[in-house]
Amino acid sequence: MRLATLAALPLTLALASPALADWQATLDAAKGQTVYWNAWGGDDRTNAFIQWVGQETERLYGVKVELVKLTDTAEAVTRVIAEKAAGQDSGGSVDLIWINGPNFLAMKEQGLLHGPFTADLPNAKYVDLSGAAPAAVDFTVPVEGMESPWRLAKFVFVHDSARVAEPPRNMAAFVDWAAAHPGRMTHPDPSNFMGATFLKQALIELAPDPAVLQQPVTDATFEATTAPLWAWYDALRPNLWRGGATFPENQSVQQQLLNDGEVDIAMSFDPASTAAAIEQGLLPETARVFVPEGGTIGNVSFVAIPYNAAHAAGAEVVANFLLDPATQGHMQNIEVLGSFSVLDPAKLDDAGRAAFTALPTAPALPQLEDLGPTLLEPHASWMTRLTGEWARRYTK
Amino acid sequence: MSDGRGLRGLVLLIVGTGLLAPILAGLAETASAAFGHLPALGFDGWSLTAWHALAAEPGLATSLRLTLVTGLGATALSVVLAMGAVAALAGRVPAARGMRALAPFLAVPHAAMAIGLAFLLAPSGWIARGLAPLMGWALPPDLASVNDPWGLALILGLLVKEVPFLMLVTWSALGQIDAGRQMAAGRALGYAPAAIWAKVLLPQLWPLVRLPVAVALAYALSVVDMAIILGPSNPPVLAVALTRWFFDPDPARILPAAAGALVQAAIVALGLVLLWAAELLAHGLGRRWVRAGGRRAFGPGLAAVLVGGLLTLATLALLALAVWSLAWRWSFPQLLPESWSLKFWLASGRWGAALGMTLWLAMASAALSVALAILWLEAEDRGQRTRARWAEALIYLPLILPQIAFLYGLNVVALRAGLSGHPGAVIWAQAIFVFPYVMIALTAPWRALDPRLSRAAAALGAGPWRRLVRVKLPVLLRPILTAAAIGVAVSVAQYLPTLFLGAGRVTTLTTEAVTLSSSSDRRVVAVYASLQALVPFVAYALAALLPAWVHRNRRDLAGAVPA
Repeated sequence: MRLATLAALPLTLALASPALADWQATLDAAKGQTVYWNAWGGDDRTNAFIQWVGQETERLYGVKVELVKLTDTAEAVTRVIAEKAAGQDSGGSVDLIWINGPNFLAMKEQGLLHGPFTADLPNAKYVDLSGAAPAAVDFTVPVEGMESPWRLAKFVFVHDSARVAEPPRNMAAFVDWAAAHPGRMTHPDPSNFMGATFLKQALIELAPDPAVLQQPVTDATFEATTAPLWAWYDALRPNLWRGGATFPENQSVQQQLLNDGEVDIAMSFDPASTAAAIEQGLLPETARVFVPEGGTIGNVSFVAIPYNAAHAAGAEVVANFLLDPATQGHMQNIEVLGSFSVLDPAKLDDAGRAAFTALPTAPALPQLEDLGPTLLEPHASWMTRLTGEWARRYTK
Repeated sequence: MSDGRGLRGLVLLIVGTGLLAPILAGLAETASAAFGHLPALGFDGWSLTAWHALAAEPGLATSLRLTLVTGLGATALSVVLAMGAVAALAGRVPAARGMRALAPFLAVPHAAMAIGLAFLLAPSGWIARGLAPLMGWALPPDLASVNDPWGLALILGLLVKEVPFLMLVTWSALGQIDAGRQMAAGRALGYAPAAIWAKVLLPQLWPLVRLPVAVALAYALSVVDMAIILGPSNPPVLAVALTRWFFDPDPARILPAAAGALVQAAIVALGLVLLWAAELLAHGLGRRWVRAGGRRAFGPGLAAVLVGGLLTLATLALLALAVWSLAWRWSFPQLLPESWSLKFWLASGRWGAALGMTLWLAMASAALSVALAILWLEAEDRGQRTRARWAEALIYLPLILPQIAFLYGLNVVALRAGLSGHPGAVIWAQAIFVFPYVMIALTAPWRALDPRLSRAAAALGAGPWRRLVRVKLPVLLRPILTAAAIGVAVSVAQYLPTLFLGAGRVTTLTTEAVTLSSSSDRRVVAVYASLQALVPFVAYALAALLPAWVHRNRRDLAGAVPA
């Protein structure tokens, strides 16, 4: 129900796409370019997938991809800002960024992005870019063609079913669960997006009026909306791992803690990551995914091109390749990445649909329908306020 | 010596433009941002905005306290342990053998050592696995044994790296003060060896090790890579917090970061003042103690035992790296992996590029630094002058000044010049830190060279360049290669210069290891950290083997020159 209300909220429409640019000209300009794709480098399968993308684009279009691994997407944003500071308005070092949420908002607001370009991509025809479609808004901020979708993310929890038979059924239940199992649960540091998402997930469930989360935050709404969250968190925190004084840096570290048996619950933005981690020997065979009853936050990962990118044409070719049904099918293969596709099944032709049939499965791989409803991300301003307030309260 | 002046001018020019200018320009850019001038973000003119923002950062006071406690604590402990252990060992273990045994611990980069120690100390680490059957742990204990909020794991990590460094420095200083005879004289007067050490030798040693201690202190107060891996995280030590802010999604945080970078510099200055104050205090108290005439003292034995413990930890940490790099599944509380795999070593497609870049940066920055050091020392020879104090200070400046204080600014300068993200810029930034170590390592053996060799060559009609190339350099091959190997080790360990000036495009084993240390795959991290530790070893091995081979038919050169 909530989802329906949220989705119905009036949102700014994406700009009507300009006339389709001459794609052939883009292809010609891109040939021979090397695209420096700045992406969070903490996930090996994603890194391997990006490497595969580079091999394919080089084979098909003569565009090489050089993966620049980031510990935090913000590094790439900072780099573009530093270049702008130095007056380097062309020939910049960043060509493509894996981005969404506050980083996108920051770059868009400061005019640091190239575009609009999404509608000009030939494969954009497979994506629903209308209105409030998931690929048209990013944390409630209209995309307006300034970034192109490539993978679907959905927040899930992971537990070791051998140690935890009954995981908490909703966010509120985490308090009792942690009280019964002190020190066996934690969340990544909220300065990391996964830690922030854990707080946002709880906020959506606990907020008196979740609809205000779709609006930019104000002092009044922040106060009233987050009060139940802090009460919940104050009850939860003393029973967290290490007394809630220290937090793992990101979800990868927490997954390692789960693997080591230091904690019983981890979290991920990729429902397939658990099955893949088991495959790689990074989680016990008994690890399984679970989601709270009311559903979980989902969002789309995008790629954006900085305004001063040295190889914007090559970057567009890569963005377009990512939207190819064959690429998306390959990506959804659990043996490759297992990320759900951003394409609209209704817009696919037979050949496109064929790319998604007969993909292999695994015991720890949930079906899309097991994952419950998808909750919309709050407006990006909430995340900044939320993590700032968390730091103020709990970083002493 | 007619062309001594020209050469001196050239060296001054290179050092001035290549070393001093970037540091000053970087500091100036950082300071300008710290005082609110950052036009790119719309901050124009001068203001205290950055300082207000810094003061409002949550946990700042804790970060400052942690920085001081870990930095001062680790250095004070290191000095005491290193001096004590050398006191206990000198005379029993030949100096050359002792120093050779310490070299491997010095060679391992901080990041690799930190990762190994984390594998060892974590609640699910090797030590806990060893204790598990005794303590009945089926699951790892909920203990903050790494990333602890007090910074103890970080202090331990710093000790593991600083104690061998200071022991080496102390041991080689010992050779300069004729310790053996003084020891004999003291014992004849009925003083216990420990008392002779404290009362007679230490006051003579201190001036010789003061500068290395200052370098260790400055390092410990501003370390980033080791603090990311072993230190507390909420909040971290100041230098880590600054690194986070410099790369924050909110660009406005560059302002508090820049202000904090100046605070970081001030903290190091404060540390040096404290060091100086401690010296004065020891001077006064020590004099009284000497006059009191007591002949007993204790401590060296205990220090040697503790250092033995530290080095055991370090060895186990390196072993843990090797085992993890070969593991497939290794769950708690198994002492050894349940299954093994060579997969991560064979996937050279993944680490090959980082290794190649690491080698290229290391060889280039070491070669540049060695060349400059040779020119500098040769210029001193030709001018027949000793080194001025300001020149000595210039060499130590990059080692004392915290990197974070000027690397942000230096990168802004490099961006303006269109150099950021180019390996050349990283080589340059690394050479700023490689050169001092190379220079320090090469100075003593260069000065120890028998001047009669040059005079004989001159008498035979060889000009200054010919004497340099045909006589001095071949004779000094071993110390030159040793200095180059030290340069390689220093370059391989650099983290911040690569991070800031590499613009993310220049990935080395170190940047990869630190990035991956916050990933879920210990096995991959272990491969990078092992490689990172191996490169300096190989460099040292080559530095030892090459001269022996080149000089295989020169008996008096095959290892005779002091290194």
